[in-house]
Amino acid sequence: MSDFFSLSLSNPGLLGLAGLMICGVIAWASGLARLISAGNRAKFQRSVILAARSLWLHKLRSFLSVLGIIIGTAAVISLMGFGKGSMQDALADIKRQGATNIIVRSVKPPDDSFTASRGFVSNYGLVQKDLDRFQTFGDAISMTVPMRVFPTETRYLDRMINGRVVATVPEYAEVNKLEMASGRFLVGGDDVERNDDATMLNVCVLGAEAADKLFPFENPIDQSVQMKSMRFKVVGVVKERMPTGGTGGSLAAEDYNRDIYIPFKTSVARFGGIIFTRASGSRSAEKVDISQVTLTVDAEVDSPAGRAKVQAIGDEVKRILEEEHYQKTRKRDYAVTIPLDRLEEAERSQTRFTNLLVVIASISLVVGGIGIMNIMLATVTERTREIGIRRALGAKRRDITMQFLVEAVVQTTIGGLCGVILGLSNLFTLPFLAKWIASEKLPAEVDVRAIYLSVIVSIGVGVVFGLYPAWRAAKLDPIEALRHD
Amino acid sequence: MPAIVRIVDLVKNYYMGGAVTVHVLKDLNLSFDEGDFIALMGPSGSGKSTLLNVLGCLDRPTRGRYFLGEVDVSEMSDDQLSEVRSTYLGFIFQSYNLLPQYTVVENIELPLLYQGIKLDERTKERCIELAGMVGLGDRLDHRPLQLSGGQQQRVAIARSLVNDPHLILGDEPTGNLDSRTSVEIMQMLRGLNRAGKTIIMVTHENDIAAWARRVVRLRDGRVESDTRNDTRVMAEMN
Repeated sequence: MSDFFSLSLSNPGLLGLAGLMICGVIAWASGLARLISAGNRAKFQRSVILAARSLWLHKLRSFLSVLGIIIGTAAVISLMGFGKGSMQDALADIKRQGATNIIVRSVKPPDDSFTASRGFVSNYGLVQKDLDRFQTFGDAISMTVPMRVFPTETRYLDRMINGRVVATVPEYAEVNKLEMASGRFLVGGDDVERNDDATMLNVCVLGAEAADKLFPFENPIDQSVQMKSMRFKVVGVVKERMPTGGTGGSLAAEDYNRDIYIPFKTSVARFGGIIFTRASGSRSAEKVDISQVTLTVDAEVDSPAGRAKVQAIGDEVKRILEEEHYQKTRKRDYAVTIPLDRLEEAERSQTRFTNLLVVIASISLVVGGIGIMNIMLATVTERTREIGIRRALGAKRRDITMQFLVEAVVQTTIGGLCGVILGLSNLFTLPFLAKWIASEKLPAEVDVRAIYLSVIVSIGVGVVFGLYPAWRAAKLDPIEALRHD
Repeated sequence: MPAIVRIVDLVKNYYMGGAVTVHVLKDLNLSFDEGDFIALMGPSGSGKSTLLNVLGCLDRPTRGRYFLGEVDVSEMSDDQLSEVRSTYLGFIFQSYNLLPQYTVVENIELPLLYQGIKLDERTKERCIELAGMVGLGDRLDHRPLQLSGGQQQRVAIARSLVNDPHLILGDEPTGNLDSRTSVEIMQMLRGLNRAGKTIIMVTHENDIAAWARRVVRLRDGRVESDTRNDTRVMAEMN
């Protein structure tokens, strides 16, 4: 369906319209060139001034007849602006997740309900071996960030927060673009390798909300929090993070602010390989080695080559996992998310949508052009005598054509410029209005192409729809025109 | 005196659709001298207006030749005729035919717009000078509708002079004016003629035709009479 739209509506519609306009502009430009090359620049300037004056003579009429052009242009400018704005917004959202990342997550397979209901430990997901195989990509991957995520109660004195523990590596901060509110994030030496290693200190980093809940009054740094029966020293607090998601796809919106980060190896040493989760009335246990691995591909997201590289590595990751998991266990206990896919999809659908809107807005321009033509035809009839007088005083047919054509083009050009101003003022004011009245976010971005496009198109509309009335005017017989009342 | 206008076996037919043909001018032969002042007269339908249109290069003859000076203009293209009008001819109409949106000076300037010459202070000064010559030096920025009929016709006369034409054509120049104003206009035209301009005008009033030096009467597309006004009578009128 969507492909149908993009093929049948936006492309031929836009192309046809653009073609029409380009023809008009070429005709206009060649006329212009002829005038100027004939050394008649002064004559041309004068005819523009005279055209503006005779339009000024009928201010209301001129305004009404260009209203369609003004609205059409304003619509094109605003729609392209809002389209670009929401596209940039979506892109920024995706880039926040890391557009060159490949995210591999453990997923509980659907046919595993048997083991779960019987209280068996269900064993699924990514394992260390997968991680090792990802290392074969070498330099193509700039960072590999494994994560174990499990829910745990964390206490400090009588305060408690029920959040997630995220066991990960120091690079996590870079991949997720974390900013610290105070202290530091995990570093290489924080890992506790063995459970009986009493000399090593457990450390953790708190999310913004977790810190706020546990330490509403105190400075959390260097305090100890308790998880299960173990103590963890707080070494840092992360600044508040924007939740990801909201643009659909397989990444659900997640709130990171209640997360507590501990070193990856510490989690294995202290919590063990099996993670118990308690739901109301039942117990279940899962053995998950690694909940998620984020691979950052060393590539530029804005270049096609970089995008191809991300895609290629994504395909390879899928192939490895297929081989390691599906072919061995007949279970798909993993999911691969490539944000770039969603980026590209978002770009495509946004472009398609914007094109559609612009085509609809362009209809207004065409209607505006018809309005101009209508008024010009009436004007030619009304000014038949003037045409006769000018012809008697030596005006050639070409001069008459030019006079009316210039009048139409001056009209649509002024209309187009007014429309640009109106459209731009929409772009600058509507987001504030939307925020103020409806508390809606309405991202807008000025699209310079839209300004060029709509000014050129309105000039083109003037030429295309002014040509026929101008030709009618020039065709008039001077004697009959002079006799006309 | 050399002939400025010479028409040879001039025929003008109008085709009224179908097989109906109206023969307006029938093998007309006429020659007008440079510096002359000619009145074309005749009842309506006699072909005097058609003749004036042909002489004014607004219409082309069906057959025959029309020499303007030495040049045969009877087979010129539309563009060439426009150029001839712009360069050699001046027009004065019964209903003045000024452009209402332009000022007096701009109306006088109008023929220059189509000559391809640059409109600057110099041309504007010439227009102001002409406006002063026809007695409208104090009305330069008035619009036609703010002027009386006689004043408008004087603007039209100034306009017909701005391109320094070889020939001035008048289509009943006093037709819309009262007799006192008509005399003013005719005095002005006579003055121009004395200064060397060739004038051909259509009129159906004898006392207007009396201002001309030569009166050509048409009837049914042919010359009925061709007389010279008595110079003694003309002298008396002054």
